[in-house]
Amino acid sequence: MVKAESVHKRFGRLEVLKGVSLEVQPGEVVCMIGASGSGKSTFLRCINHLERIDAGRLWVDGRLVGYRQSGDKLHELRDAEVCRERSEIGMVFQRFNLFGHMTALENVIEAPIRVRKLRKRDAVGQGKSLLEQVGLTDKIDNYPAQLSGGQQQRVAIARALAMKPKLMLFDEPTSALDPELVGEVLEVMKGLALDFRTTMIVVTHEMGFAREAADRVLMMDDGRIIEEGTPEHFFEAPREERTKQFLSAIL
Amino acid sequence: MASEPAEPVRPDEIKAIPVRRPGRWVAAALILYLSAALGKSVATNPRFEWGIIGHYFTSSRVLQGLVTTLELTALCMAIGIVIGILLAVMRLSPNPLVSATSWLYIWFFRGTPVLVQILFWGYISALYPRLSLGIPFGPQFVHFTANSVISPFVAGMLALGLNEGAYMAEIVRAGIISVEEGQTEAAQSLGMTRLQTMRRIVLPQAMRVIVPPTGNETISMLKTTSLVSVIAVTDLLYSVELIYAVNYRTIPLLIVASIWYLIVTTLLSFGQYYLERYFGRGTARELPQTPLQRLLRTLSIRHGV
Repeated sequence: MVKAESVHKRFGRLEVLKGVSLEVQPGEVVCMIGASGSGKSTFLRCINHLERIDAGRLWVDGRLVGYRQSGDKLHELRDAEVCRERSEIGMVFQRFNLFGHMTALENVIEAPIRVRKLRKRDAVGQGKSLLEQVGLTDKIDNYPAQLSGGQQQRVAIARALAMKPKLMLFDEPTSALDPELVGEVLEVMKGLALDFRTTMIVVTHEMGFAREAADRVLMMDDGRIIEEGTPEHFFEAPREERTKQFLSAIL
Repeated sequence: MASEPAEPVRPDEIKAIPVRRPGRWVAAALILYLSAALGKSVATNPRFEWGIIGHYFTSSRVLQGLVTTLELTALCMAIGIVIGILLAVMRLSPNPLVSATSWLYIWFFRGTPVLVQILFWGYISALYPRLSLGIPFGPQFVHFTANSVISPFVAGMLALGLNEGAYMAEIVRAGIISVEEGQTEAAQSLGMTRLQTMRRIVLPQAMRVIVPPTGNETISMLKTTSLVSVIAVTDLLYSVELIYAVNYRTIPLLIVASIWYLIVTTLLSFGQYYLERYFGRGTARELPQTPLQRLLRTLSIRHGV
């Protein structure tokens, strides 16, 4: 579903990604961990073409992200084509980023109506059932400011799911939440991973979630993936010194 | 602790003697005295000529001038807002030529007095006696004489509208910048185009920042339109000027104009309040009450309901 080959990304003179290679199979759940500044979030944003990569190649579902290859030349995709690529990938942000002037339901139906050109009636039906799935049936007419962080993040997940994405990206979805609200968001994500077999890449420090839901865990450090393995291997017997250090620091 | 949970005893209500504030009484007395003095002089000074004011207040020439002023205000603000949004989006464009054009426009129209701009448009036919549409240095398709197209009213409208655009551009730009980056990213990640993101997500939220200063601009515009009297547009001010040029009742007629300006700005302030309330939705947990709701609530509390 996702294939990265030696992806590099620079911000000015700072090289954030120094050759990230990764393959994610359909239905697989991959958790990425690593210290802040190690490049996890940047890598996720590259997959969605919110950032453009400087070197290497990145494919989602067999299609090159942001470019079209003809012969040995790369052509930049036009805006409309980039939008189409993005609409197939769901993204959940650390700070929720719900549209502040829209109710929960309006947040969820906006993109299906504008981008997918769904009829309003159908979008509303789908939106209501998605909000039910994340446990917010009684909050559909509330504005984001009237919801708790955990509720906002669940709306954000429903909003991303409304586009029926092939792939879901989670960028530290619980880091901005009060501790007692983390569980409800993780519950929804676990449901996606285990019941719906959604392909997911999750940047997180929630080791419990990684243990229960992830097929694979990756450790990023200084712009590279330095270790990967099943959750059992990763938490019981990490090989790299840096991984051991990091795990002991956060557990 | 092992002791029985005692029934909590509610302490007595506090009844303290309030601090004396003699300063407040002095200030109140002073204000009362001054307003009484002012009121007496306004009521008894015969040169106010309240009778004349009453006579001309709803005369058809004054009312026609008022309508012209209102039309001019509405049209100029409409032009200003459209140009302002356009310039603000241009200013934020990644294309340097486009953003420089916007910068240049704002530099020019903010850098010269609006009265000078009004005079310029008023005398445009001295600069361009004939206007034509066509290809520069090539064939021309349509010709007009400047005086037939640009009447004094149109000249005033163009001058004030184009000038307003420069100010609105900065207001709109501030609004756009005030919307968090995350909103744009979320919209993009859902596959919305740049235009959709701007129109559906960014601008509606920018409105919360844009509306209050725009209301201010509208009120300011209502009064600035009086400048078009210099190019003989019969707005509210010029209408009363024409009347007092004949009957010499200068002061009463200026008061007539002032009262009308005050009435309209008061109405505009009310409108602004409701607009702000509408665009503020979603930012507070509860909408602020309208003045009517507040009044009803106060009354119901007074009656102990």
